[in-house]
Amino acid sequence: MTRTIPLSLAINGKPHTLDVEPRVTLLDALREHLSLTGTKKGCDQGQCGACTCHVDGERVLSCLTLAAQVEGRQVTTIEGIAGEDGTLHAVQKAFIEQDAFQCGYCTPGQIMSAVACIREGHAGSDAEIREYMSGNLCRCGAYNSIVAAVREAAAAVSVNEKVEAA
Amino acid sequence: MRDFSYLRAASVDAARAGAIQPGAMLLAGGTTLLDLAKCGVATPDTVIDVTHLSGLSAIEVDADGARIGALAKMAAVADDPAIIAAFPAISQSLTLAASQQLRNMATIGGNLMQRTRCPYFRDPGTFSACNKRAPGSGCSAIGGVTRNHAVLGVSDACIATYHGDLAVALVAFDAVVEIGERSVAIDDFFLVPGDTPERETLIEAGEMITGIRVPASAGAGNSVYLKVRDRQSYEFAAASAAVSLELEDDGRTVRDIRVALGGVATKPWRARAVEQALIGKAIDAETVKAASLLAVEGAVSNGGNQYKIALAPRVVARAISDLASKTARTSGGQA
Repeated sequence: MTRTIPLSLAINGKPHTLDVEPRVTLLDALREHLSLTGTKKGCDQGQCGACTCHVDGERVLSCLTLAAQVEGRQVTTIEGIAGEDGTLHAVQKAFIEQDAFQCGYCTPGQIMSAVACIREGHAGSDAEIREYMSGNLCRCGAYNSIVAAVREAAAAVSVNEKVEAA
Repeated sequence: MRDFSYLRAASVDAARAGAIQPGAMLLAGGTTLLDLAKCGVATPDTVIDVTHLSGLSAIEVDADGARIGALAKMAAVADDPAIIAAFPAISQSLTLAASQQLRNMATIGGNLMQRTRCPYFRDPGTFSACNKRAPGSGCSAIGGVTRNHAVLGVSDACIATYHGDLAVALVAFDAVVEIGERSVAIDDFFLVPGDTPERETLIEAGEMITGIRVPASAGAGNSVYLKVRDRQSYEFAAASAAVSLELEDDGRTVRDIRVALGGVATKPWRARAVEQALIGKAIDAETVKAASLLAVEGAVSNGGNQYKIALAPRVVARAISDLASKTARTSGGQA
């Protein structure tokens, strides 16, 4: 007998209700129950970073987070970072500009991780970017371009903040 | 992953009351429990989520030392300016562990409760024998591929490595684990496998770590966590060392030193023989090298992990030498 629990989740600023088994992870809730398939399932055991999302603004692995644990928290996925008018996030633009992917499967996780990495202040040098992006694996080996994209996006974000502050 | 019931604890007492029930397990960051549930190693009937409890994530540092709430996240402790200043090895041990995503999830209490990464332990579908999983079933690692297995604190029943980083620094600093009303020295909290490898800590059913206290010590501010591994980041230690060092005013004689090892033992391993060999001695390369060899006294290899017996003393020696030259520079003495 399948027992489900009712959950109310706030995802990309919108409320969602769903009934899931307690064991359902945030990753499976997004992909299988809410049709938000931008978040990718890679290893499903916390080793590859493909499933990276933000919970209350911090990057986490949705494959090792129960959907039930994030009730009352704000979840942001790759579908939620572009502007409402479709304007790409600075990190998305930089990934295109720097050709920072090949097959693209790890890219949503890379971008979610990079957005947080820059916000945390951990994108100050290439060495720091490599260290703080190490939880996102890329089987195509696009790492050099990913570092370049994060560096470019960090500079763009910094300029935007200065413009906004002025 | 087998299904389970999900309960959200409303208080520490409620969490404890739930956790004492057979088949119940506490869930904090989830980075160990859900991972092991997916491997089929953990099969909880009930998962009790403690992440919504308030008041357990404070990080406080004063002249007496530090107190870290059990639900403080690894990333928060790693980046805490007061921890970085007072206990650099603690911050470094956390920064060099896992990935930022995992550090944002994993709690300090949960970190101490993480299980070994022994691949035989983690794969019940392929390896039925594991004394840690199924007491009395045997050890698949002994005679198997042992590159990442322990050389210190091993027994005929188990050679699984304690692979965590934070606890190595905490052992060097004589930290105390608060388990509700009782407090346990961290060196006693972790158990060597002996004949009962299924028992890894002093935690009893129905208990929950509520915090960690780290007493101030003279050398704590001059400490380092050095981690050597197969890849540069996001990897467990092949060997690591947490060292704190206080020199006499001459800038070269050891007044106090703490040394602990990671990645080579079945629990976070305090190397008191190294400390005793150096206290009162002037630091020079040969003295440090000779003392560091004592770190692996009694080490036992099981084949592929032989290299750890050579590597660990070198990691200890480098950590001590780096600290000593840094200290000598800051105090103006001669190293």
